[in-house]
Amino acid sequence: MTMQAQEMQKAPTPAWLWSAGVAAFVAVWWLVYGQLIPASEWVVAQLPVDRASHTGDALAFFFYDVPKVMMLLTLIVFAMGVVRSFFSPEKTRALLSGKREGVGNVLSASLGILTPFCSCSAVPLFIGFVSAGVPLGVTFSFLIAAPMVNEVALVLLVGLVGWQVAATYLVFGLSIAIVAGFVIGKLNLEGWLQPWVRDIHAGASAPSDIESARLTWVARYKLGLEAVREIFGRVWMWIILGIGLGALIHGYVPQDLMVRIMGAEAWWSVPVAVAMGIPMYTNAAGVIPIVEALLGKGAALGTVLAFMMAVIALSLPEMIILRQVLTLKLIAVFIGVVGGGILAVGFLFNFLF
Amino acid sequence: MEIKVLGPGCAKCKATVDVLTRAAADTGAAVSITKIEDMREIVGYGVMSTPGVVIDGKVVHVGSVPTREQAGAWLK
Repeated sequence: MTMQAQEMQKAPTPAWLWSAGVAAFVAVWWLVYGQLIPASEWVVAQLPVDRASHTGDALAFFFYDVPKVMMLLTLIVFAMGVVRSFFSPEKTRALLSGKREGVGNVLSASLGILTPFCSCSAVPLFIGFVSAGVPLGVTFSFLIAAPMVNEVALVLLVGLVGWQVAATYLVFGLSIAIVAGFVIGKLNLEGWLQPWVRDIHAGASAPSDIESARLTWVARYKLGLEAVREIFGRVWMWIILGIGLGALIHGYVPQDLMVRIMGAEAWWSVPVAVAMGIPMYTNAAGVIPIVEALLGKGAALGTVLAFMMAVIALSLPEMIILRQVLTLKLIAVFIGVVGGGILAVGFLFNFLF
Repeated sequence: MEIKVLGPGCAKCKATVDVLTRAAADTGAAVSITKIEDMREIVGYGVMSTPGVVIDGKVVHVGSVPTREQAGAWLK
């Protein structure tokens, strides 16, 4: 181990070699991606099932979608890992502090997509923002957008459902984050923070920045690889489970059942979908394959979007983490405002399309 | 040398402790490594993303599991 480390220090891989490697990988990726449909058909043909049967249909779906989603994720998560290396919570905070509400909410929600964020640091980030004078509502816009609008959700939507739905999700996810943050800011709920947070806030003891060394391109590529490794470790099982379940729905659930339960005619389907989605905890990877299958069976787009947003944006574990800094009253307002926004999006879509 | 690893107990925080422990064993430096899981204390260091590493009272790293090379450099 030590010898390996010494060798690595002696001859670090030059940046151009990394860049060439990345370019070569993208080229190979492109070639393989084009062959996925014939490859999946070939795999199904090797199995002792009738291609035209329900089982054959479900299997073809599974063997095409799993590699497709994995490949898309690898590429996009790597790219986002590199892009995120240009952002940090400290820089984002500096950009947001002193911003007025309104402009601040828009900027904050957008930065929520680009800033590296993990729900386990939600609390230090929240306090870091609030104590540096970022308004509460602007902080909430960030906290809503960061988990809801992320590259995993968008990649899966593009890959499994189509770019139109992905773009819709992006626009309305951001809108909910902006509007919900704005509303929470207008309610002046600073008094509903936990007392110890309020003290930090009032003292405005903004912690000083840590001087971050300028990253080299090699370091950025490595961060991209690290992001791929980390996200795959977290989601691969969900993807296979989700696509498997999606394949079952695809092959076996009768069409008219879904139209009746989740079609646009059933107005109550949107609130039911949101109410079901809030306590459910899975990430985008697990829920979107199911979303695709439901859409294919005639579920209404608004209902399905509402369900998906509720699952991803409002989760019980995140509430428990935030409980350390927010009082229950404030958490209730948070769920109410975000849930209301999701309901509105669901109804709007069922009404429009 | 007094090292503190800041983090609420996520997988990355444990990995950070492991990296530092191994780096300390490699260099033979006399260090004490403590994990800080209390949120108030973490926030007190002005850290916004975990895991964070504090050496002799100074925050040297935040937001990711440090590499072996980084850890080695801090312990020199």
